Amino acid sequence: MNEVPMKRYRFALPLAGFGLLLVVLVAGLMHLPEKGYIPSPLIGKAAPQFSLPSLYSGQGPVDSGELKGHWSLVNVWGSWCATCRDEHPTLLMIHQLEQGRVPIIGIDWHDDDADAMNWLGQLGDPYARIGADREGQVAIAWGVYGAPESFLVNPQGIVVYKQVGEITPQVWRDQFLARIDANDPQAAARDAAALAGGG
Amino acid sequence: MVVELGHYALILAMLLAAAQAFFGLAGPAYARPRWMAAASSAACGQFVFVALAVATMIHAFVTDDFSVRYVAENSNSALPLFYRITALWGAHEGSMLLWILVLALWTVAVVARVRYLPQPFGARVLGVLGLLSCGFLLFTLTTSSPFARLFPVPPDGNSLNPLLQDPAFAVHPPVLYTGYVGFSVSFAFACAAMIEGRRDSLWARWMRPWTVMAWACLACGIALGSWWAYYELGWGGFWSWDPVENASFMPWLVGTGLIHSLIVTEKRGLFKSWTLLLALAAFSLSLLGTFLVRSGVLTSVHSFAADPSRGVFILAFLLLVIGGALTLYTFRAPTMQSSAGFELLSRESFLLFNNILLVIAAAVVLAGTLAPQVAQTFNLGTLSVGPPYFNPSFFVPTLPLLALLALGIHSRWRRGGLSAARRVLTLTFIAAVALALVAAFAIYGHPLVLTPVGATLGLWIILSSLVDPIDRLRRRLSLSPSVLGMTVAHIGLGVFVLGITFVQSNSIERDVALKPGQAAQVGDYLFRYEGVRRISGPNFDASRATIVVTRQGAPVTTLYPEKRQYWVQDAVQTKAAIAGAVHRDLLATLGDDVGGGAWSLRLQYRPMVRLIWLGGLIMALGGIIAVIGRRQRGPIPAWAAQTGAGSTGAGAGPAGGPVPAGGVARTATAAPLAAPRRDLA
Repeated sequence: MNEVPMKRYRFALPLAGFGLLLVVLVAGLMHLPEKGYIPSPLIGKAAPQFSLPSLYSGQGPVDSGELKGHWSLVNVWGSWCATCRDEHPTLLMIHQLEQGRVPIIGIDWHDDDADAMNWLGQLGDPYARIGADREGQVAIAWGVYGAPESFLVNPQGIVVYKQVGEITPQVWRDQFLARIDANDPQAAARDAAALAGGG
Repeated sequence: MVVELGHYALILAMLLAAAQAFFGLAGPAYARPRWMAAASSAACGQFVFVALAVATMIHAFVTDDFSVRYVAENSNSALPLFYRITALWGAHEGSMLLWILVLALWTVAVVARVRYLPQPFGARVLGVLGLLSCGFLLFTLTTSSPFARLFPVPPDGNSLNPLLQDPAFAVHPPVLYTGYVGFSVSFAFACAAMIEGRRDSLWARWMRPWTVMAWACLACGIALGSWWAYYELGWGGFWSWDPVENASFMPWLVGTGLIHSLIVTEKRGLFKSWTLLLALAAFSLSLLGTFLVRSGVLTSVHSFAADPSRGVFILAFLLLVIGGALTLYTFRAPTMQSSAGFELLSRESFLLFNNILLVIAAAVVLAGTLAPQVAQTFNLGTLSVGPPYFNPSFFVPTLPLLALLALGIHSRWRRGGLSAARRVLTLTFIAAVALALVAAFAIYGHPLVLTPVGATLGLWIILSSLVDPIDRLRRRLSLSPSVLGMTVAHIGLGVFVLGITFVQSNSIERDVALKPGQAAQVGDYLFRYEGVRRISGPNFDASRATIVVTRQGAPVTTLYPEKRQYWVQDAVQTKAAIAGAVHRDLLATLGDDVGGGAWSLRLQYRPMVRLIWLGGLIMALGGIIAVIGRRQRGPIPAWAAQTGAGSTGAGAGPAGGPVPAGGVARTATAAPLAAPRRDLA
């Protein structure tokens, strides 16, 4: 009589083991946003050195020295890239809201200069500076796999975060502003108000 | 317009899969033969529409339809036609489509053989497969549709990841998936047996060929993947214990246990609940692997775009499928138990050891795969688990597994004692040790412990596997396909063990920087660097080095390692040059221009490395021989299938005792296994 429940109990062990595994998997899934999708080896390291000719003729070259002394958003894009077009309104919004606090440095990747100018003319130009990476050499140094990809660089010139794919307003608030405002509560409050007002 | 048709076809396929699940499961429950028959029809329809959906995607790739997002992301007009087709499974969405196609193919194969099963059982198998299809189709349609359009249409696509532009990649995923997904058939058979609460062990006989076939495909797929990583990544490694590799290796290990325990269940009616559990586990591990790879919980070099919403879906699916099956197991397995005695050192015991050791090996891999994630989840710090963990801990269960193999194949059913086979075992062991020592010291002159031990095990497995078949052939007795298949598979394992042994203990690699005209010695081989020149390929530019290899002054080969720059992705990829021969590979990988005309190079000598993949393919071949041979012996007799539970066989098993369930065909399988030992006694 005693043996039957004992046996049943034994046969439930696999189910119990699976339950335990499920807990681990659920926990892992909830952990995911903090991990970031594709960790970049650049995070925590100095931004790669580069110097690119400006997309706008008549301006001096765009180089990595310009990333020091303030937060910067380095955005890799191209007029051929469809997701970049989706992302563009968000970049315009960032440009408007941040008023130069976080200049956006564009790296125009593998693009035809005329196409790129045409694109900016149609959609608006959120970039403080744009380097034309016609051969893709700088993108390699940054470990870019596809466009768009964006990097947040702190005032010391250290890469703090890498976003693979489109920056949406929510990504900007949760991943970028959260890092920029970490030591500046006043700015955080202001940003929250601005984002609420700006939609 | 064409891909919209494909999308529509895939939705229809999902509805048909739902119908297949409903009729397959409800038909037997309400005893409606027409409903049961409808399950087969729905399965065929599902296959047709899945194939149509795949065809429209291939059409989009071939015609460079960049308005389809998936095509724009993974193809390019400069991509050769062949890779435009294989680009279909170059990323997540398309590979899910491939997965669904393979599952539909397996389902149709089951339909083709379903008349050899009792109708309710066959319908239930199709019903469970329908549930699985339905889940995967729903997943693809809701979270990963490959049919999405892109507007505005880009002028050209992003192209396929250069690493995947390779002939092996064309074959590796389909073959691997065939194996992975094939375990869903074993899973469905196990579920059907549990739903019916069958007390016999006929289900094991029905399940076995499907399992062996899936296992063989998985072995092939893993071997191809390892081969691809070896020459494409170019660092000379054949296995890196990457989570994605582990995801395919765990089901294979459990599947290996399953095909062995199925023999015991089929022939002796034992280990039923254990066999059921292994069948559930093999497929569950396939699903778990999918979850780990696709959800982004584990990051891996195999770059599939990770998306948490996909993770949530797969997790819910895992909960339903695995949780449901294990709940069924909890309640049904106790009633399907059987008890029959067997002695220590009988064949049953050895197969039990085999199972325990294989499951431990799979557990070791699972623990290592999940450990970094567990540590991170519970804030125990970041943990990196790599070869330093896997290599030694994997040896713990596998060394005894290999050592027991020779004893196991010479043991007898039911009765213990190896005295009958003592002479054969002793002779083959002595021969193996002698050959191993010769190989380890005379050829390689390398007194490492691993070399003679590994070589002895590998050779002992090969030699002892050959004894019985050769004995039978010499006496002009027939050799049944299942014994032949088993022998071939075990020889494959021996070959594989030899390959691992020599490559692990006798490889030489050197990192050097050479100027044109300079040379480096690697073992017996002298690599002379001649220089680098620029070349262009169809969609890349490359620097190609010329390296002349000589051995004691005699020319051996010329190697041309490349460093490629792909135009579209702007990705740099090193293409190792490999000069292969049966007994050794020579590799050269081009590094960077270190200035002054010198380039950094990695030069490697890898003895016997080909035996690793050859062994894997021989194992797979063994499985295929066993399955095909079985089919040629004719279908499962209808009388055995129709009488259902508890049918007793046509007589006593060859070992003399009563066999719980079986028939003429099965006795024929068992006889050659036992006969030689009786002869030796």
